[in-house]
Amino acid sequence: MPSADPNAMTSDMALVTAIRSGDQGAMKALYDRYSSIVYSVALRVLQDTGAAEDVLQDIFMQLWRNPGAFDASRGNMAAWLAVIARNRAIDALRRRRPEDDIEEVAVSVEHDLVSEADRSRIMDKVRGALQAMPAPQRSALEMAYFEGLTHSEIAGKTGEPLGTVKTRIRAGLLSLRKVLTA
Amino acid sequence: MSVHEQLAEDLALHALGALDDAERQKLEKHLEECVSCRRELELLRGDLSLLALTTAGPQPPARARQRLISAIAAEPRLPAAAPASERQQRSWWTASGWPALGWAAVGLVLVGIGLLWQNSTLHQNLASLRAQFADQGSKLEQANQTVATLLDPEAMKIELVAVGNKPQPRGKAIYQRRNRNLIFFASNLPPLPAEKIYELWLFPANGRAPIAAGLFKPDARGSATVVNPPLPADVEAKNFAVTLEPESGSHESPRGTPVIVGVGE
Repeated sequence: MPSADPNAMTSDMALVTAIRSGDQGAMKALYDRYSSIVYSVALRVLQDTGAAEDVLQDIFMQLWRNPGAFDASRGNMAAWLAVIARNRAIDALRRRRPEDDIEEVAVSVEHDLVSEADRSRIMDKVRGALQAMPAPQRSALEMAYFEGLTHSEIAGKTGEPLGTVKTRIRAGLLSLRKVLTA
Repeated sequence: MSVHEQLAEDLALHALGALDDAERQKLEKHLEECVSCRRELELLRGDLSLLALTTAGPQPPARARQRLISAIAAEPRLPAAAPASERQQRSWWTASGWPALGWAAVGLVLVGIGLLWQNSTLHQNLASLRAQFADQGSKLEQANQTVATLLDPEAMKIELVAVGNKPQPRGKAIYQRRNRNLIFFASNLPPLPAEKIYELWLFPANGRAPIAAGLFKPDARGSATVVNPPLPADVEAKNFAVTLEPESGSHESPRGTPVIVGVGE
């Protein structure tokens, strides 16, 4: 049965190649495929729809101007864009200039995230790992990742010793790894 | 405990960008030499990218898509050059007309050098403009502070006169013809009688009628300031004076009593 989405069978790299040739249609297809990921991450960090839209626009315009920033060595495109969105949103949150160029971001993901179904399966695992964590551990991890706080800032905010914060973050990441490799 | 085990917590924090600067620099130095820690950092970042993906859900509003479409339409791109690997497969020397291509290459190199030079010049100009901007910003700040002090009604204003002399009404007009800027300070003015006001006048050097340069009332100490009243362009001033006028002012020409007049510099 043919796919309802005419772009569904076009690989990310094929779209990037078309964008390199100035194909605006390919850019729209890539946007339709990944804008919700970029927007969701930015919204989670910034908690502001307007600011999240700005990050979304900024990232896709960078991709339009420099599609060569993504190639297969950068990892999976969904994960790559999610990390860029998170980094850009944290930069916006802390009102600082972008710390790294999109060309400098590489993400090594050993899971298959190409299809929506694959992504959904892995996300269920990650959400399960997060829910299974003790609340302070999950909170420390989320403050570091989604609020861009350093461990000293987290310790200051929670009133807990620095060593405890470090250990919690490390333990949280180990739990995540364990679930993903199971 | 091995070095790697000791660094495990720092690696996790580094993957999150949650290390303080000093710790980050120390760890980055270690990472330059340690392949296994670099690999572990990559894996941690990969795991964290999945954490980012768990936020998936909200769709951006339709206006965001339209905004992007408009932006890319306004910024059309020429097809990109072929990747380097493809370019290397073609030999310039096997192509016909290679001398022409050779000259084209020389031309491209020259254009490239020109662009590099232009880029360097633009960077220098930008740096120079930034320095000028910073300098002017600093001067503007100083000027603002000076003007704020001069105009602050609460600032203490003490006039010094010869010992034994009673302070007399006096004024100082500072006029810049080019920019039509006029700042006037008065002190020791007598309190205004009922239904009267002071009016400042500019006397043009060409002998034409005096020009009204602002109505003002002094404070309880007899001080007053007039800053940049509306004036016609390019009028050379011969003198300034203050008269006591009816409360609505005279405007066309001074009709009241002169209070203070300029004596030149």
